[in-house]
Formats: sequence, structure tokens, C-alpha cells
Amino acid sequence: MKKINKNSLNGFINYGIVIAAFVVLQLLLNRGALSNSLQSLLVPTCCYIVMAVSLNLTVGILGELSLGHAGFMSLGAFSGITAAIALQGLIPSPALRLAAALLVGGLVGAIGGVIIGVPVLRLRGDYLAIVTLAFGEIIKNVIMVLYIGVDEKGLHVAMSEAGLHLAEGGVTIVKGPMGAVNVPKLASFTAGFLLILVTLLVVQNLVSSRSGRAIMALRDNRIAAESVGINVTKYKLMAFVTSAALAGAAGALFGLNYSSTVSSKFDFNTSILVLVFVVLGGLGSIRGSVIAAALLYVLPELLRQFKLAEYRMLIYAIILILVMLCTNNPMLKQLMDNTIGKFKKQPAAAEKGGAQ
Amino acid sequence: MVMPKREPTKLVPVPSTNIIPERDVDKSPILECRHLGIDFGGLTAVNEFNMAIGRTEIAGLIGPNGAGKTTVFNLLTKVYQPTRGTILLDGVDTHSMNTVQVNKAGIARTFQNIRLFNNLTVEDNVKLGLHNHISYGMWQGLFRLPGYWKGERVAHERAMELLSIFDMAHLASAKAGSLPYGAQRRLEIVRALATNPSLLLLDEPAAGMNPSETAELMENIVKIRDTFQIAILLIEHDMSLVMGICEGICVLNFGQIIAKGTPDEIQADPAVIEAYLGKQKEG
Ligand SMILES: Nc1ncnc2c1ncn2[C@@H]1O[C@H](COP(=O)(O)OP(=O)(O)OP(=O)(O)O)[C@@H](O)[C@H]1O
Ligand SMILES: [Mg+2]
Repeated sequence: MKKINKNSLNGFINYGIVIAAFVVLQLLLNRGALSNSLQSLLVPTCCYIVMAVSLNLTVGILGELSLGHAGFMSLGAFSGITAAIALQGLIPSPALRLAAALLVGGLVGAIGGVIIGVPVLRLRGDYLAIVTLAFGEIIKNVIMVLYIGVDEKGLHVAMSEAGLHLAEGGVTIVKGPMGAVNVPKLASFTAGFLLILVTLLVVQNLVSSRSGRAIMALRDNRIAAESVGINVTKYKLMAFVTSAALAGAAGALFGLNYSSTVSSKFDFNTSILVLVFVVLGGLGSIRGSVIAAALLYVLPELLRQFKLAEYRMLIYAIILILVMLCTNNPMLKQLMDNTIGKFKKQPAAAEKGGAQ
Repeated sequence: MVMPKREPTKLVPVPSTNIIPERDVDKSPILECRHLGIDFGGLTAVNEFNMAIGRTEIAGLIGPNGAGKTTVFNLLTKVYQPTRGTILLDGVDTHSMNTVQVNKAGIARTFQNIRLFNNLTVEDNVKLGLHNHISYGMWQGLFRLPGYWKGERVAHERAMELLSIFDMAHLASAKAGSLPYGAQRRLEIVRALATNPSLLLLDEPAAGMNPSETAELMENIVKIRDTFQIAILLIEHDMSLVMGICEGICVLNFGQIIAKGTPDEIQADPAVIEAYLGKQKEG
């Protein structure tokens, strides 16, 4: 008798939810039932779902606070855009070029993760929060003065447009404060959907493997984890870099969804927004992150469409507070557990001892 | 070649006060501490700690509250680096090792204040003890390669086997944090055992247990020693347990060893009675 364990069952349900949502939205799209403004939300929503799930890996599963997740998104966005334009001649197929751009974005995000993680994750204490906060701001400001161009000789990077020294026929990709311009809009809803699936696959498979167990052990009790021979820095770094890589890929997709992108889009507020998704969805809960990111990202935009446009941030704030109250209310939690418990067969004799 | 002229080395007698069971005497002791000590600022928490433990010995470390017992465990497992002295684990100086390396070299421990991975299942807690004995890496796990399935299957079987020592196999899928106190203490022992140690350190394993649980624990500690043929060093305030199963006992008071010997010798030792047992009688 082979028992499917709870973890993998949960994982399959998550894939199911995402696939079902994709199919339904595709059907609606094909029948023209989605308004233009809703359609324009599809790709960014996918990006924010990936952002939330990947941040959950750092905050919920590793248990380290990161306040600069948007910084990795920014790295991914600008490197992904650069790759997409630079590879125009080499990879004519837009779909393949998008895939390559996402890979580059992920890779650059991962490199950023290593640069931040190696020195900071060795320290004990909440240094990561401070350093990631600074990192996000630094990335934003550096890209603000960065000029990137490409000609037949390759990539040129400088601090001013004249400094690029582009040859005849070269194009400027990133123009300092104007950000990335003339970006090919390669992103598609299908690509976003696939990126979510890949993210779920990576995070869920990581969590339910030997490495993921070690990561969660560090969160629960670092001293005990060391006492059973778990290398603290290695597993912290593994979780953090994976998280940064996924954020980079999400950033690349996000960047390639608009004809221009400025670095101030990826500021502290964006980092906090993603953190809000993670916290409200539940620390460590992948499904919670997916649902919270989808609902809470679309919500303010939906409110914009109604007459309530002026009050939309007020309503948004009230809803956030309500969700927070509800998800932290023990009575409601009990009620939820009981309702869900009815659908589960085994009463789990083990949990009876828990009262003691 | 001309050797530089040196003063002849002066040899002095070294007082060897270390004792181990007779049956282990052919083999070198699994653990030997020489002049071990640590200061916290001005406070000398442990000083001149000399001790040897036989390969299959169940040894006891006792002493009044604050005597420095847990500190000795923290020194052995490198939670603290010793200020003075040497720790030889199976003849190897652990001087340059950290906690992780000491565990890999063969010391596993439990904690006085239980430290489980509370949000993980009982089985996962044991699998974490097996962490360095499961041999697949991150990529195999990410892509669910054959190594993953094999590694997880072996880990599952081994975890269940270890849990059954304490009759805990049926609790495998419960959250570790939701277990009753006694079961949490037992799970900590199983997790430590899973790292395949040659020396198991138990910090007050019977704390919070009722007499029947304690009696069962005593049997299990002896059973673990017999099945795995390892050495066990335990700290315990429950004298029935210490006197019942420990072969060699070491008594610590204010960070100093005040007596060493068999349970009978310890119970008869006036210094111990004054420092420790005597106090209990009054109370
Ligand atoms: N990290 C530390 N910093 C300063 N002092 C410490 C530290 N750890 C332990 N001590 C001190 O060392 C002494 C020994 O403490 P220890 O915890 O080893 O006692 P113990 O014998 O285990 O006592 P108990 O039976 O209460 O567990 C105590 O005086 C304690 O305050
Ligand atoms: Mg203690």
C-alpha cells in the first residue's frame, strides 16, 4: 500500500488550482468576456504570484525577513529586457527569446542573491531585513543612472548616454531615469502561467525534499539543526538564492509586459506589497501566497473600475485589516479547521495528545 | 646536520583519575576530557574537568542546579568553545571542529529545554537526524530523480525503525510540537540516535516524566546501549534513574568534579552527600 503523503497531495491541489484558473481565464478570454483592463492585469498578476511564492520561501519557510524582494525583481526585469533585445538577432522566435530572457533574469537574480546572501546569512540575527532593505533601494538608484546599449560589438554599459559609444545601428536599451524603453512586449498570459507552474514545482519539490526539511529545521530551531549536523549557511543560502532567482524571472516577465519600465516601479512599496501577500496568505503556505497575491493584486484595480474609484485605497485598506483580523481569529480558525476536518477521513489519533 | 642544543624535556607524573568499565578497557575510551574548562566573563563555569567514557558505558553526570552540567554538554558539542583543555573524541582532538563537525564525528545530544522542530512531523524530525545519512542532493530532490525516491524510501524505513524503539511509530505523522511532554523527550532521543552517534548525550531525559515513564525510559536507555553498542552520558536529577542504570558517575559542584565512581561509591561519598544528596534529604 503506497500512501500519498500530505505534502505531495497539497502540492497537487496547488497545481490543480492554478491550472483550473488558467483554463477558466483562457475560456473567458476567447469568448471576449474579459474587459481590456482586466486582460492587462493577467501577466502582472502572474508575476506577483511568483513574487509572493518565492518570498514565502525566504520569509515563511526559511524564517528570515527580507524587505527587498523587489530589488531582485528589478535585477531580473532590466537584465531580462536587455537579454530580450540583445538576443533579437540570435533567437528570432519570440517565445524562445522570452524563455531565454526569463532564464537570464533568474540567473541575474540568483547572482544578486549570492552577493547579498553569502556575507549576511552567516550572521545570526535579523541583519537580512536591514541589508535587503538597503539592497532594494541601492538597486533602484543604480539603475536610475545606468545606461545600457547594444550594437554588433556587444553590450555597452555606462553612466551616461554619450558614454555608451554605440556604433552605427546600435540601440540604447536602458536610458537612466527613463528606464528601459522600446521594450518588445514578449510576455504572455501563457508564459506567466507556465512560470507559476515552474515556481510551484521548484518551491514545492524543494520543500518536500531533504534540503527543504533542513531549511525548515533552521527556521524551527537553529541550535537543534546544528546539533544533528545540518550546515546552517548552506541551506539558508540555498533557500535565499532560489527565492531571488524566481523573483528575477518574475521581474523579467514583468518587464517584458510593458513597452517601457522605470526602476522606481520596484521600490520599497513593492517589496512591502509582496510581503503583505505572503503574510496574509499565511507564512509557509504556498497556496495562501498564490491566492492572496492573485486577489489582493487584482482587487485595487477592480475597485478602480467601479464608481468607488476615489475610495479604492480606503476600501483596500479596510479589506486588508478585515482579512488580517479574520485569519488571526482563533474562533474562525477553529471553525475552518472543523469544516475542513469533516472532509478528512482519519481523525489522526496522534493529535489527541496535543492538548497536554 | 647539527641539531640545535635543547634543554632536556622534564617529565612529570600525570595524575590519571579517569575511570571506565572494565569490559571497555581493551579499547581506548570514546571520550576523554583533559583539564577542560570555560569562563564566562569573570565566572568560571567549568574548571579542571577530567573524564573518560568507555565505548559501551552508560555514564552519569550529576550535581546541584547551576553546577555546570549543561555547560559541559555545550563544551563537548562546541556550542561553546572551551577556554582551556582538550576534548578527545575517539582519540581525535575536537579543537578545530564546530557543532556540525562534532556531530558528524559522532556526538549527538538532547537538550534540557526540549528543542524539536515543532512545526514538522515526528517522522521529519527523525529524518532530519538522518540528514547526513541520506545521500541525494538538491537537484535530485528538485527534479525528483531516482536518487530522491530511493533516499526518501530508505529514510522513511529507517525513521520508522528508530521510532519503534520507543513505540512511537504510530505518531509518525503528528506535529512534533503537538506531542505530550514525555513523547517530545523521547522523540529528541530518537532524533539524536538517528545521526548514528558513538556517544549520546542526554540532558535530563526524565525531566517532567512520571515514575512509570521514567522506569520505561531507563529500560530503553539500556536497550539503546545494548543494540547500538554506543556510549551514553546522561545528566539527570532523578536519583533512581542515575543510580539504577549508570555505571560510572561523575559529580560536579560549582564547575569542579568532586567525586567519581560507581553508584555505590558515589552514594557513600561524604563530599557528595554534603554537596548534593544531603541537601535533598533536608528538602
Ligand atoms: N552563556 C552563558 N553565559 C554566562 N553564564 C552562563 C552561560 N551558560 C551557563 N552559565 C552559567 O554557568 C553555570 C552553570 O550552568 P549550567 O546550565 O551548566 O548548570 P546545570 O548544572 O546544567 O544546572 P541545572 O541542573 O539547573 O540544569 C551557571 O551559573 C550559569 O549561570
Ligand atoms: Mg542543565
